[in-house]
Amino acid sequence: MTVNTPNGFTLDTGGTRVVVDPVTRIEGHMRCEVNVNDQNVITNAVSTGTMWRGLEVILKGRDPRDAWAFTERICGVCTGTHALTSVRAVEDALGITIPDNANSIRNIMQLNLQIHDHVVHFYHLHALDWVNPINALRADPKATSELQQTVGPNHPLSSPGYFRDVQNRLKAFVESGQLGIFKNGYWDNPAYLLPPEADLMATTHYLEALDLQKEIVKIHAIFGGKNPHPNWLVGGVPCPINVHSTGAVGAINMERLNLVSSIIDKCIAFNRNVYLPDVVAIGGFYKNWLYGGGLSGQAVMAYGDIPENANDFSPAQLHLPRGAIINGNLNDVQDVDVRDPEQIQEFVDHSWYQYAEAGKGLHPWDGETTPKYELGPNAKGSRTNIEQIDEAAKYSWIKAPRWKGHAMEVGPLARYVVGYASGHEDIKNQVDGLLRTMNLPVSALFSTLGRTAARALESEYCGRLQKHFFDKLIANIRNGDESTANVAKWDPSTWPKEAKGVGMTEAPRGALGHWVKIKDGRIENYQCVVPTTWNGSPRDTAGNIGAFEAALMNTKVERPEEPVEILRTLHSFDPCLACSTHVMSPDGHELATVKVR
Amino acid sequence: MSQIETFYEVMRRQGITRRSFMKYCSLTASALGLGPSFVPEIAHAMETKPRTPVIWVNGLECTCCSESFIRGAHPLAKDVVLSMISLDYSHVLMAAAGHAAEAALAEAMETHKGNYILAVEGNPPLNEDGMFCIVGGRPFVEKLKEAAAGAKAVIAWGACASYGCVQAAKPNPTQATPIHKVITDKPIIKIPGCPPIAEVMTGVITYMLTFDRLPELDRQGRPAMFYGQRIHDKCYRRPHFDAGQFVEAWDDDNARKGYCLYKMGCKGPTTYNACSTIGWNEGISFPIQSGHGCIGCSEDGFWDQGGFYDRLTNIKQFGVEANADQVGLAAAGVVGGAVAVHAAISALKRAQKKTQDKVEG
Repeated sequence: MTVNTPNGFTLDTGGTRVVVDPVTRIEGHMRCEVNVNDQNVITNAVSTGTMWRGLEVILKGRDPRDAWAFTERICGVCTGTHALTSVRAVEDALGITIPDNANSIRNIMQLNLQIHDHVVHFYHLHALDWVNPINALRADPKATSELQQTVGPNHPLSSPGYFRDVQNRLKAFVESGQLGIFKNGYWDNPAYLLPPEADLMATTHYLEALDLQKEIVKIHAIFGGKNPHPNWLVGGVPCPINVHSTGAVGAINMERLNLVSSIIDKCIAFNRNVYLPDVVAIGGFYKNWLYGGGLSGQAVMAYGDIPENANDFSPAQLHLPRGAIINGNLNDVQDVDVRDPEQIQEFVDHSWYQYAEAGKGLHPWDGETTPKYELGPNAKGSRTNIEQIDEAAKYSWIKAPRWKGHAMEVGPLARYVVGYASGHEDIKNQVDGLLRTMNLPVSALFSTLGRTAARALESEYCGRLQKHFFDKLIANIRNGDESTANVAKWDPSTWPKEAKGVGMTEAPRGALGHWVKIKDGRIENYQCVVPTTWNGSPRDTAGNIGAFEAALMNTKVERPEEPVEILRTLHSFDPCLACSTHVMSPDGHELATVKVR
Repeated sequence: MSQIETFYEVMRRQGITRRSFMKYCSLTASALGLGPSFVPEIAHAMETKPRTPVIWVNGLECTCCSESFIRGAHPLAKDVVLSMISLDYSHVLMAAAGHAAEAALAEAMETHKGNYILAVEGNPPLNEDGMFCIVGGRPFVEKLKEAAAGAKAVIAWGACASYGCVQAAKPNPTQATPIHKVITDKPIIKIPGCPPIAEVMTGVITYMLTFDRLPELDRQGRPAMFYGQRIHDKCYRRPHFDAGQFVEAWDDDNARKGYCLYKMGCKGPTTYNACSTIGWNEGISFPIQSGHGCIGCSEDGFWDQGGFYDRLTNIKQFGVEANADQVGLAAAGVVGGAVAVHAAISALKRAQKKTQDKVEG
């Protein structure tokens, strides 16, 4: 049976059904089902969020100043970005402004997260979809060294001996018979296209990146005390600055600032000498594999982030761009108003929730979420042993958010498409430069590979921005301003009886918003609409498919029982399921309790 | 014909000499309270033992424990994964997905029955027949119980597995449940914290590999070596507490001098963890050092113990200050009374001691 979706896809549920559950190398739990025809081409895709935690009801009645800590625990991978979104939402509600230094420090932390998240995503969650570590054993270390010196001439770790050592270590590991995380990989699948030398270089960088990532996040530890899950503060940042006087060792002092600066330099060097060259090198072997565009060429959205000046979120002075593009019209970048009840709405017809009024879309300030777990009549298996989903009915713990009724893609590629279309100079230069290097047209951007490349470009851009805000912080301190927190409205007695606010960020995975209502000093309602809710959304009332589903359509899979291509495209979004599936009824719907044995 | 690399081979490959290896074995023997005659036995075990299989499963969680684990500096995460353990299942890091991943899990459970360590990140929700967390189409709680059945020991990573953490905060809508309530017949080592410190995580694993036994646990099931003392006991700002020097407001002069954060809600006095000694991210800092109070993330139910900025009012047992408790009891009901008095007494004692020293000197 074929169905035409309003957003332009033709779904055919005939052929063979392929189930991937669990989808691994992601945050959280997810299931994917596709239909493939007799040519092994995907004709229907179903994305199911398979976990739900209920954080928003837990927030109800709590102190809004504590909300950052709760929401930060939505995700330990994009750690900090929910916390930042939360303090922004509360500050917006209560009319709290933050000092310039706090803006710089928050930006440095948020940019630091982007870089960390992108690096870990590429090397540790995504690379094994393109790179075959077993094939690396066949590489010639000398040729690998030459490859390294060609693609990343400024990277010091490039000698033949270095690559031989790594190869020997890998060999001993494989020959031990205990394959660990490489066990049951699809290593003889023809979808892997790299020559052994590129595989060895990339596998070596997998290990280097594992060492580096623990260095990157030390910036969070300096300003926030720890990572994962650094500390934040409504009204500013918790770390005081003291560069001149007694007791400076208990504050951000010269030694701490030097440490921050040295880590920023490391980030910049790795992005330029390793990450970007790897994406170009690996991408070069896969540049004919341009599947996975999905919604990226027709419907993308970004809220924007990294305000140049404290307390000013106007689009013109955000370093990461804001805007929405629909119907593929890149000449018309529309503004996004997250407060407008007509723009962002969530639907639940195909999600395991129910609304008082079926089929309606609700703005997050008025969001309601009553769970309703049930499988459709055509599902196979049982309630607690699902063999096949029935996507005509409810089929996911993720809601379906829509912008003016459109399913949207968010994330690095969406930001870069919005930035490119709106003439953002840095972004345009980066994208044009990369396409020129790889000898690819702009249309190549709208693909799985484009998503992966945009993330690498963004990591490089964020590295430079980190430096910009570090310099800005130093300049401000030099001018005599050491302030990091505004405590004028710290005391709840200074707050209005009722208030509502919204906080926005660009999380590594895309546009993130928190909507809060405060009453009598306590949280009355709290709703988050997160990147993977947009990207991983199921169908909506009108039948539009979400970004994951759209991106999988029409992809050819070499061996349906070995879903390398499916993983490749899903991973290119960097799915975060704990983020997407945490929503809960504002009225704290009571659920049946089960006796614990 | 087994090609499985032994612990000894791993150590040799990492540049450790035979001589150092034997020394290591005799140190191990004495640490375990065994005589020198046991040294060859330990050496033999190390020479023939394959890397210990670890099966790492995830329930309701945020993946902060996995993220913390890979932040490990000594040993490095890559050395743990390549040379110390065999990470046979980890949905965060493994290459395989779907059926191939499930098959890897089944094979590891079968091949290493009774010999693998089960590491659990997150917890099972029990409401909705467990279907608030679905893995392979089935409730996570079932997978957890199956994996636990053949494990020789279970590690509960973080606050989720140990106590329930944020999804179990009131009203706990999914009935997220700590794992010791569904795994009742296996030793469980709790490593609480949101997340735990990386080196504590790897420290516990390497302890088990090195000494081939579980670490000594306290009554709550936590390793005594890392969770035996309060943050406050070893906090470098403790002298400011004793001297009655407190931060009174964010970013005030006292904050810039690094005074005690007790009045800003610091939960260091009631939190058992190693943050103030081992530190975070290779010892770079820890929450108090960066200006924010401890939120008590390694304590049971820390989400429901009042706000993070509420001052503790029930602190007891401050080492030497027995009389502080008594005064504290009298002051009960006064916000912060107990500790304020405790701090004042500490300051007074210091002053008295100084005077005494002077007199005696």
